[in-house]
Parts: sequence; C-alpha cells; structure tokens
Amino acid sequence: MTRIVSMTVNGEEHELAAPDFRTLLDVLRNEGGLTGTKKGCDVGDCGACTVIMDGKPVNACLVLAVEAEGADIQTIEGLQHAPDRPHLLQEKFMQHGGAQCGFCTPGIVMMAKALLDENPEPSEDEIRFALAGNICRCTGYTKIIEAVQGAAEDMKKARAI
Amino acid sequence: MRRFEYHQPQSLDEASALLAEIGTQASIIAGGTDLLVEIKEELRKPLHVVDIKKLPGLSDLSFDASEGLRFGALVTARQIETWAPVIEHYPNLRTAVSLLGSIQVRNRATVVGNVCRASPSADTIPPLVADGASLAVYNRTGERTIAIEEFFTGPGRTVLAPGDIVTGISVPPPQPASGRAYIKHGRRKAMELATVGVAVSLDRDGDTCREIRIALGAVAPTPIRARNAEALSRGRALDLSAIAAIADAAMAESTPISNVRASADYRREMVGVLTRRAIGQAMGGIQ
Repeated sequence: MTRIVSMTVNGEEHELAAPDFRTLLDVLRNEGGLTGTKKGCDVGDCGACTVIMDGKPVNACLVLAVEAEGADIQTIEGLQHAPDRPHLLQEKFMQHGGAQCGFCTPGIVMMAKALLDENPEPSEDEIRFALAGNICRCTGYTKIIEAVQGAAEDMKKARAI
Repeated sequence: MRRFEYHQPQSLDEASALLAEIGTQASIIAGGTDLLVEIKEELRKPLHVVDIKKLPGLSDLSFDASEGLRFGALVTARQIETWAPVIEHYPNLRTAVSLLGSIQVRNRATVVGNVCRASPSADTIPPLVADGASLAVYNRTGERTIAIEEFFTGPGRTVLAPGDIVTGISVPPPQPASGRAYIKHGRRKAMELATVGVAVSLDRDGDTCREIRIALGAVAPTPIRARNAEALSRGRALDLSAIAAIADAAMAESTPISNVRASADYRREMVGVLTRRAIGQAMGGIQ
C-alpha cells in the first residue's frame, strides 16, 4: 500500500508518497529530491544517512517513511543559511580539511550539529563517542575532530559577545 | 527492501488481536533498528509489520527506591543511557546500553526490543538477568509476568506466542551494600557485537558475599546464569583465591562456539578473565 506521508523537512511541510516498506532515506532522496543525505551501507552501520528527527540524530535508512508521519526532519540541505552561506560546521570542515571524498560528510556534519545542540562544549572524547556511528574511510578522523572542536570554539566566542 | 504491509494499531487489544490473527507472518516494530536490517538482509521475511508506537502507556520510565526501575516497550536505549537514576543505580545497564550500536541507533532502538530479539550476544540482557528483571507481557487473553532468565529458548527464540506483546521491564531496586557491573569484550570500542559479555550483581554482608548473580552473554545459545560459580560465591569472603575459583567455575559452565568474532577456546578464557574483573568492579562499586 502506498500512503501519503506528511512531514516537516527543513522547516517546510512536505507530502511524500511512500509504499509501506520504503525507508525515510529513500523517500527523502527520491521523492523529496534531497540527495545530500547519502545511502552508504543501508543497515545502520555507517551513519552516512544521519538526519535529525524531532531533535534527535537517527539513521534515515532504519526509519520507515510511514514512521516519520508528523515528524520534524532536518537534513544537510537545511543547514546552510543560503546557497552561498555555509553553516559554521561546514566552514570548519572546509578550513580544517575535514572532508576528502565527501561521501560521509553530510552525515557527520548532521551528527556534529546534533552533538553541539546538546553539548556545546564537548571534550575530544565526547566528540569521538558521538561520532562512533559515522564511518569515514579517507580522513582518519583527526581533521574531522578538529573541525568540530573549531566550530565549538567559535560558537563559544559568539556566545561571549 | 522486501515488501510488507504496515499496520498501526491504536490499542494493545487491537494490536494483540492483529498479531494473533496474522501469526508467524507478522513482526512487531518498535525502534526497527534490528528488524529492518533483518528484513533488508532477508534473514526475516514478514508479510506484515505491526508498529506498536501508537499504543498508549508503553513510554513510561520510572524509578523508585522501593519499586526499582520500570521502563516501557517504547523507551529507547538512549533514554536509558542518559537517565540520571539509571546512571546512579544501575551502572551495569548503563554501560550495556551505551555500548549498543551508535547514538543514531540508540535514539531509535528500544531496550525491550533488544531483549525480544533474543540474540545470545545482546548487551542489555546479561545485566538484566543479573539484576533479576522481569518482563510484563500483554495478550488479549490475559497478562503475565515472565522472569527474564526464563524468557529465552534459543538464539533469536523466546517463549512469546503470536499475540503476545512485551509491554515493559521491571528491575528490582538495588539492595543496601550491593554492587553491579557489566563488561563487554569486543575487537573494537564502538559499533561492535559482544564477543563475550559478563554481568555480576552482588550484595555483601560485612566481608562475605550474601547474594550474587553472574550472567554470561555470547557464550551459549541464550544468555545464561553461571549457577555453579554463584553457589561457590555465596557466604564466602571474595578474596583473590575465591574469585579465581569462581571464575574457573564460570568458564566451565559456558558452552561457547567458534565463529567469525572469536574461537570457542578464546571465549571461554575470556569468561574467566571478565568474571574476575566484573566481580572486582561490582565490589568496588558497592553503594
């Protein structure tokens, strides 16, 4: 059976058609045209499909589209303020070289955003713990950690002003 | 993913009736982090998936010094991991849930789901067995309570019948002078299935061990209690030689298999090592 699922994606109301067995990930990418969220392993191991659902980071590959009825979804496309104005986290990933091939990057940026929303001043261990479910095969993670730390520091400075 | 029909019942009665009617072709979905993977990998081929997230009363989470801990079938692993009373009173369960998958997985996965999946290596089961937890089961023909150690009948198999829904888990309150620990052994720190998991919960009376439960994960077809090792512990002072004998008994009670993660011999050896360490941690954590 195909249903029409209503959800808020990046602040906009969407009505997306989805068969019962279709994942939120596939519906966002195919029906929603939001291909920034990546399909890596499709079984919850790699984190490339991380989106923020009702304030919590989840693997979009392990959520059925029908389960997202009424949900508030944030994807990487909703993060930047305008096409040429990246989010601070995106700036920092560029500055620190936190991305190489870039496939894991949207998921990691969304997970990092969820972390900083909850814990604005994480330690290195806390960053590593939070990113445990996001696999990157290029960077060796060091520059990703530095990018997240850099964003946290800038946010702290901005709060002090 | 294979096709299935999705159902979203609005009451326990409706859900139980639907599950009983469809029988073995139905799977319950709560968090879905195991079920959807099993469907995608064709390990399970349900024609119907019954979502229990709209059922009322399954999201409760409570702790009371006389009642202990109770959590409903929809309480996520991440909620348990980050909830102050669990962190304070059940560090064993807290450790277990914090090692289950990633934060993304734990935001969806439920502890009840991890138990019902009945994997021999499930992280949440050994601490719940060691603490003497029980499961509340609803069926439209009646409700019952099942001790968690009587719940499992084999890898992935439980005593549940079609129409049964586990609505929640109760864990007894910590006794005075009690301590508890869970140690997971794997090849890496995160995103890992346990090679061996050992949980120890004990109560002390002066220098002697009054009561103890030792639960072993991933070394038998179901999580098991090391009853001979427990019997050796009760009424004794847990000094180094006693602990060594207890650990040897636990090793002898385990019946591990060899697979891609470890050999049977290695697992059995690690049962001994981790039992020693878990007893030490549980004693060190006595509150």
